[in-house]
Amino acid sequence: MTGFELIATHLPILTVVVPLIAGFLTPIVGWIDRRLPWYWVMLAMFVVLLIAGNNLVTVINSGTIQYKLGGWDPPFGIEYVIDLLNGFVCLIIAFIAFMVSIYSKESVKKEVPGKTTPFYSVFLLLITGLMGMTITGDIFNFYVFLEISSLTAYALIAMGDRGDGVVASFNYLIMGTVAASFILLGIGYLYAVTGTLNMADMQNLLPSIYQNKVVLAALAFFMVGFSIKVGLFPLHAWLPDAYTHAPSTASALIAGLMTKVGAYAMIRFMFGVFTPDFVITTTGMTNILAWAAALAIIVGSVLAIAQSDIKRMLAYSSISQIGYILLGVGLANMIGMEGGLLHVLNHALMKCALFLVAGAIFYKTGIRNLYQFKGLGKKMPVTTTVFMIAALSMIGVPGTVGFTSKWYLALGSVDAGQWIFVFVILLSSLLNIVYFWRVFDNIWFGHPHEIEHIKKDEAPLTMLAPMVILALLCVFFGLFAYYPVHYVIEPLSVELLKLGGMP
Amino acid sequence: MSGILDIVYAEYNYWIYVTLMMIGFYAMIAKKNLIKKIIGANIFQTAIFLFYISLADVTKGTAPILVGGHGAEHAEHAADVIYTNPVPHCLILTAIVVAVSTTAVALALIIRIYNEYGSIEEDVILAARKELQPEFSEHARQRGVAEVSEQ
Repeated sequence: MTGFELIATHLPILTVVVPLIAGFLTPIVGWIDRRLPWYWVMLAMFVVLLIAGNNLVTVINSGTIQYKLGGWDPPFGIEYVIDLLNGFVCLIIAFIAFMVSIYSKESVKKEVPGKTTPFYSVFLLLITGLMGMTITGDIFNFYVFLEISSLTAYALIAMGDRGDGVVASFNYLIMGTVAASFILLGIGYLYAVTGTLNMADMQNLLPSIYQNKVVLAALAFFMVGFSIKVGLFPLHAWLPDAYTHAPSTASALIAGLMTKVGAYAMIRFMFGVFTPDFVITTTGMTNILAWAAALAIIVGSVLAIAQSDIKRMLAYSSISQIGYILLGVGLANMIGMEGGLLHVLNHALMKCALFLVAGAIFYKTGIRNLYQFKGLGKKMPVTTTVFMIAALSMIGVPGTVGFTSKWYLALGSVDAGQWIFVFVILLSSLLNIVYFWRVFDNIWFGHPHEIEHIKKDEAPLTMLAPMVILALLCVFFGLFAYYPVHYVIEPLSVELLKLGGMP
Repeated sequence: MSGILDIVYAEYNYWIYVTLMMIGFYAMIAKKNLIKKIIGANIFQTAIFLFYISLADVTKGTAPILVGGHGAEHAEHAADVIYTNPVPHCLILTAIVVAVSTTAVALALIIRIYNEYGSIEEDVILAARKELQPEFSEHARQRGVAEVSEQ
C-alpha cells in the first residue's frame, strides 16, 4: 500500500483530525512568528476543503462511505458515516470556513489585538467540533462534538465587544448548556430502550418500540435541545446578542455555520435516528415544526425591521432564515425538503457574505449603525455591491440563490396543500425588502453633510476577495441551481424521506 | 396512598434524578446571581449523570472487570458472573469532562463580567449596561426610531 492509498482510506476521519491537530499546534506556530497563524489556518482549512470535496465526490460516485474508528465493527465501535447529507454539509462548512479564514487576517488583527493566536486556535477547534458533529454516525460521539463546538463558540463570542460580548457569551452558555443537557438526556433515553449508540443500528431497533413513552420523551428532548441550538423562535433569546457582539470574523463563521449544523443535526435525528414515518405520521412532529418555523419566519423579519445595528439586524434575519430551512423540513414532502436543504447552502453563502460586509464596514469606519452608512456607496463601492447582491438574494430576487430555495419552498407548500405557508413566504420576502431597503437607502441615497470629504477607501484585498467570491457564488448557484439540486439535493431528499424504495 | 409510595419506591432512582434536575433547572432560570446559575447548571448535569449511572446497574451485578480471565482453569466460572453495564460509566466519564470544561469556561466568563461591571448580580449588570448604551442606539433614538426593547 502506497502512502497515498493509506491516506485515502482515512480521508473521512481526516476532516476532523486535521483541524484538531492544527488547532493544538497553532500556539507553537504563533510562538515562532505572530504573523504565521493566519497562513497556518488558511493552509489547514484548504486541506480540509480538499478532503471534504473529495469525500462528497466519492459519495456521489460510489455511495455512502463508512469508516470504522480503530477498526471496531459497528455498533460496538464508533463509526463515521458520510452519506450525501453530511458530505454536503461538510463541504459547506469547509468552504465557508476557508473563506472566513482568508478574510480574518486584518479583521482579527484589529478587533482582537494581541490575541490572534488564541483566536485562531479556537477557530480551528470550532471547525473540528462542527465537522465532528456532521460526520459522526455515533450518537454519543455527536454529543461530545456538539459540546466542543459550543465551548469554542462561547470563547469566540467572549472575545468580541468589551463587556457586551462576555455577557452575550454567558447567556449563550446557559442556554447552550440546557440544550446540550437535553440532548444528552435524550441520548440516555434512547440508549436505555435500545442498548445501542450507533445511529443506523438505532434506526433499525426503534420501530418495534415506537409506542414506548420513553422514545416519545427522547424525541421531545431532542427537538427542544436542537431548537435552542438553531435559535428557533421562541428559543432564540441568546442569538441576537451573540451574533451582534462577537468579533466580525466569528460572527460570520457562527452565523454561517453553527445554526446550519444545528439544522443538519435536527434533520439527521428526525430522519436518520427516528424514521420518517414516525416523525411525520405517528407523532406529527414535522407539522409542529412547520408551524413553529412559519412563526419564526414572520417574527424574525418583523424584529429585524426594528434594529438599527446592522449585525443585530442580520442576526434577527438569521432567525427568520432558519425558519425557512425548518419549514422545508417540516413540510416533509419531496419539493419542500429540497427547498429546505438547498436553503442550508444558500443561507450559509448569503449570511456569511452579509456578515463579512458588516465586518469590513466596521473595520474601515468603526460604524455599525446603519443610519450612519450615508455615502458609503461612494466610499466602499465593492463592499456595498457585495452587500447589495447578498441582500437581494436574501429578499429572493430571481437570478440569485434566495429565489431558488424560496421557489422550492413555495411549491412544496402548495404541494402539501398548506397555502398559508406560501403567504408566509411572500410576506417575509416583503418584510425583507423593508429592512434591507433602509440599508440600501442610506448607502446610496443618503447625503451626509461631509459628502465632499468622502473618497474611495476600500477594504484590503484579503477581505474583499472572499466577499466577492461568496457574492458571485450567490449569483452562480442562483442561475445554475441545477448542479447542487441534481447531484445532491434530489437524491438526498429521496433518501431522507425513504421514497425511493430504500430498505 | 401506599400505591403512590410503591410507585415512587420501585423507581426511586428516577425520581431522585428528576427532582435534582428540576432543582438545577430552576436555579439556572430563576437565580439572579451568575455563580448560582452555574451551580444550577452543575446540579442539572449531575442529575443526568446519576440517571445514566443508575441505568447501568444490573441486579446483583459486580464491577465490570473480567472474572477468571487470567487462566483457562477459571473459565467455567466466568460465564456465571453478572456484570453491571460499563458503557454508561464510560459515557459519563466523558460527559463529566465536558461538564467540567463548561464550568471552567463559565467561571472565566464570570470573572471577566465582574471586572467589567463590578458585580455578578444580573440586575446590577443589566442596569450598568443600560447606562453604557453604545452610541449607535443613541443615534437611532435621536432619529426617532423606536428601539424595540431587548429581552
